[in-house]
Amino acid sequence: MVNYLIRRVGYALIMIVLVSFVSFVIIELPPGDFLTQKVEQLRARGDRSAEQQVEMLRRRYGLDKPFLERYINWATNFLRGDFGESFEFERPVGEILGARLGYTVVLALATTLITWFLAIPLGVISAVKQYSLTDQIISVISFIGLGMPGFLLALIIMYFAIIVFNLEVTGLFSPQFQDAPWSFAKFMDLLGHLWLPALIAAVTGIGGLVRIMRGNLLDTLGQPFVEAARARGLKSRTVTWKHAVRIAINPLITILGSEVFPSIVVGSALVSIVLNLPTIGPVFVDSLRKLDMYLAGTCIVFLTIMLLVGNLVADLLLAWVDPRIRLE
Amino acid sequence: MSTPSLATSLETSDRPTDVRQTLIEVRDLKVEFNIRGGVVKAVDGLTFDIKRGQTVGIIGESGCGKSVTARAILRMVPRPGKITGGEILYYRYSRYPGKDGKTKDIEVIDMTKLDPDGELVRQIRGGEIAMIFQEPMSSLTPVYTAGAHLNEAITLHRLLPVKTLGDQMVEKIMEYRPVTKDEARAIAIEMLRRVGIPKPEQRVDSYPHQLSGGQRQRVMIAIALSTEPYMLIADEPTTALDVSIEAQILDIMRELQQTANMAIMFITHNLGVIASMADEIVVMYMGKQVERAKVVDLFYNPKHPYTQALLQSVPKLGPKTGARLASIEGMVPDPLNLPTGCVFHPRCPAFMAGKCDKLIPNWTNVGDNHWVRCLLYEE
Repeated sequence: MVNYLIRRVGYALIMIVLVSFVSFVIIELPPGDFLTQKVEQLRARGDRSAEQQVEMLRRRYGLDKPFLERYINWATNFLRGDFGESFEFERPVGEILGARLGYTVVLALATTLITWFLAIPLGVISAVKQYSLTDQIISVISFIGLGMPGFLLALIIMYFAIIVFNLEVTGLFSPQFQDAPWSFAKFMDLLGHLWLPALIAAVTGIGGLVRIMRGNLLDTLGQPFVEAARARGLKSRTVTWKHAVRIAINPLITILGSEVFPSIVVGSALVSIVLNLPTIGPVFVDSLRKLDMYLAGTCIVFLTIMLLVGNLVADLLLAWVDPRIRLE
Repeated sequence: MSTPSLATSLETSDRPTDVRQTLIEVRDLKVEFNIRGGVVKAVDGLTFDIKRGQTVGIIGESGCGKSVTARAILRMVPRPGKITGGEILYYRYSRYPGKDGKTKDIEVIDMTKLDPDGELVRQIRGGEIAMIFQEPMSSLTPVYTAGAHLNEAITLHRLLPVKTLGDQMVEKIMEYRPVTKDEARAIAIEMLRRVGIPKPEQRVDSYPHQLSGGQRQRVMIAIALSTEPYMLIADEPTTALDVSIEAQILDIMRELQQTANMAIMFITHNLGVIASMADEIVVMYMGKQVERAKVVDLFYNPKHPYTQALLQSVPKLGPKTGARLASIEGMVPDPLNLPTGCVFHPRCPAFMAGKCDKLIPNWTNVGDNHWVRCLLYEE
C-alpha cells in the first residue's frame, strides 16, 4: 500500500512537470507576447515613450531571455513558492490567487454539496420509479439542466432577479460588508449571496449526475443480488439503499475525483464571470487571453495538481468502499 | 374464483410436525406481463400444492413460467408482471407467539391479496419461505461479507427464547427476544459449517469474490436456511455449477430438508436432478401446466406428449447404438402469439387435426393423483 502510494505520487510529479511545460509551450504559441499587446495599447493612446518602456519591462519580466531559460527559471522559483509576477496586475501571482482562493474553495464546495445532495436522491428516485411520471419529470428537467450552459442560466436568473424581483445577485457580499472584518453577520451575508451562484453552477452537474446515477442504479437493480436481498425479506428501502445504491454509486467516486477537485481551482469560470464573483476562474480565463504567462501557468499547474490529487483520492476511496479492488 | 379465506383458524391438532399437511396451495394462478407488443401470459392457470416436508419439482423449457411462479409465491414478480388471477394459499403456522404470549393456530393467507412490500409479506419472505437463485456468482452483494449477508437474514427473522414462563398442560408459553450481534455471528458460522464450508470461522468474513461458485451457492443456502424456513424455493440452484459441485449441493439440500422437515419447491430443466430430488413433479409448457404426477409415475408412465418428448431427449448411458438423440420438433412459439387450442399442438407428434388446434384441453385425472392437460385423455 505504501509502495503503491509512493509510486502514484512519483507518477504525479512527472505528470505535473510535463503538463506545466506543455502548457508553457502552448501559451507561447500565439505570435507576440504580453508586451506586444501592451505596446499596441500604449501607442493607441498616443504614448510616445512606449518603445523605451517596453525594453525596460521586457528585461524586468525576463521576456528577452530564451524560452527554455524562462521556463526553467519559473519552474525552479515555483518550487520555492514564488510563482512569478503577473504582467496584467503587476503583482505576484501568489498574492492574486491567494486573495481569491478562499472564495473559490467555498463556492466549489457549496456547488459540490448542492450537486451531490440533489443529484443522488433524484437519480435514485428516477431509477426506482422508472417510467413513472416522477421519473419523466426528473428526466426532462435534468436534460434541460444538462443542455443549458451555466452562464446562460446565470444571465437569465440575473435578469429576473434584478428586473423582476429587484434583488442583488452579483458579488459575494452586500456593499456594507464588502470591506468589513469577519463577523457572524458577514458570514450570513456570504451564505445569502453564495447559494444562488452555487446553485447555478450546480445545475449542469446535477443534470449529468442524475442521468449517471439513474443509469447505474437501473443496471444494479437488475442484478441477482438485489433480488436475493429482497428475497431475504428486507424492506424495499433497505434493498435499494444498502444493496443497490451502495454498488451503483461507486463509479461516481471517480467523477468526484476528476471533476470536483479541479473545480476548486477553476470551477464554473463562466458563471463567475457573469455574476462577477471574485474567484480564480475569471482571472484564469483572462490570463490566457492576455498571454499573462506566469499567472496562467500557475493556474494550470494547480489545476493539474488538483486533478491528480483528486484521482488519487478517488482511487483510495474506491478501494476503501469496494473490497473487490483492494490491493492485497 | 372463491373468496379468499383470510385468517381462517384450523383445528389446533393440525401442527406443522404433521408431515403430510398442506403448506402451499396454488389455485388457478395467472401471471401476465403487459409489455409493449401485447400481453404475455407467463403463467396461465397453474394449480398444485406443496405439503410440509415434501419436494415438488417444476420442470419445463426456459421461459415456460417456472421462475415466475416461484416469484409469484413470494410476491416478487418483476415489473411489469402482475398476478391477474387465482390464489396462492399459504397455511401459516407462526413459530413465535404473538404479543399476548400465546402460540397462534394455523391461519390461511392468500399471498396474492397481500401488499408486496408489506410487513406480513416481508416476514414470510426469507423467514418462512426462503429462496435460492440460479446465479450464485452474483447473488451476493459484492461489498458485504458472507457473514454480513447471513446476519441480515438472522437478525430479521430469528428470535431466541428467553425463558419458560409457565407450563399450561401442553402449551409452553415462551418469551422471545431478538438475537444479539454475537449470537447472530455464532449462528452464521454454524450455518456455514452445516453447508460444508471449510474453516467457517474465517470464511464468515470473506467477501463474495474470495469464494468459489460452489461456495457462494453454499452461502446462499446457508442464508436461506439460517432462518429455519418451512419451505425453500430453489430456482435452478445448480445450473451454473459443475456436476461434482452440483451433487454436493443437492446432498446438502436433501440432508437439511430431512433434519428440518422443510418443503422444497425445486425448479429446474434438468430431468436427472429432478428425478433424484422430487416427490411430485409439475411439467410446464408456455405458462401452462401440462402434467402433474408423482415422480415415479411421471418417469415410467408419462402421459402428455410433451413430457414424453422431454424424457426422450435425455441422453442415456449405455452401449453405442448409433441412434440420434431425440429432440422436440419445431420451435418454442412466440409468447405473444400462442397457438390456438392446445399450445403444444404445432410440435406435438400425436397431433389430431381439427381437434388439437381447435379445442382447449382440460385438466384431466388419469390415475392416482396423476393429472394431464391433453385431448388424448379426454372423452
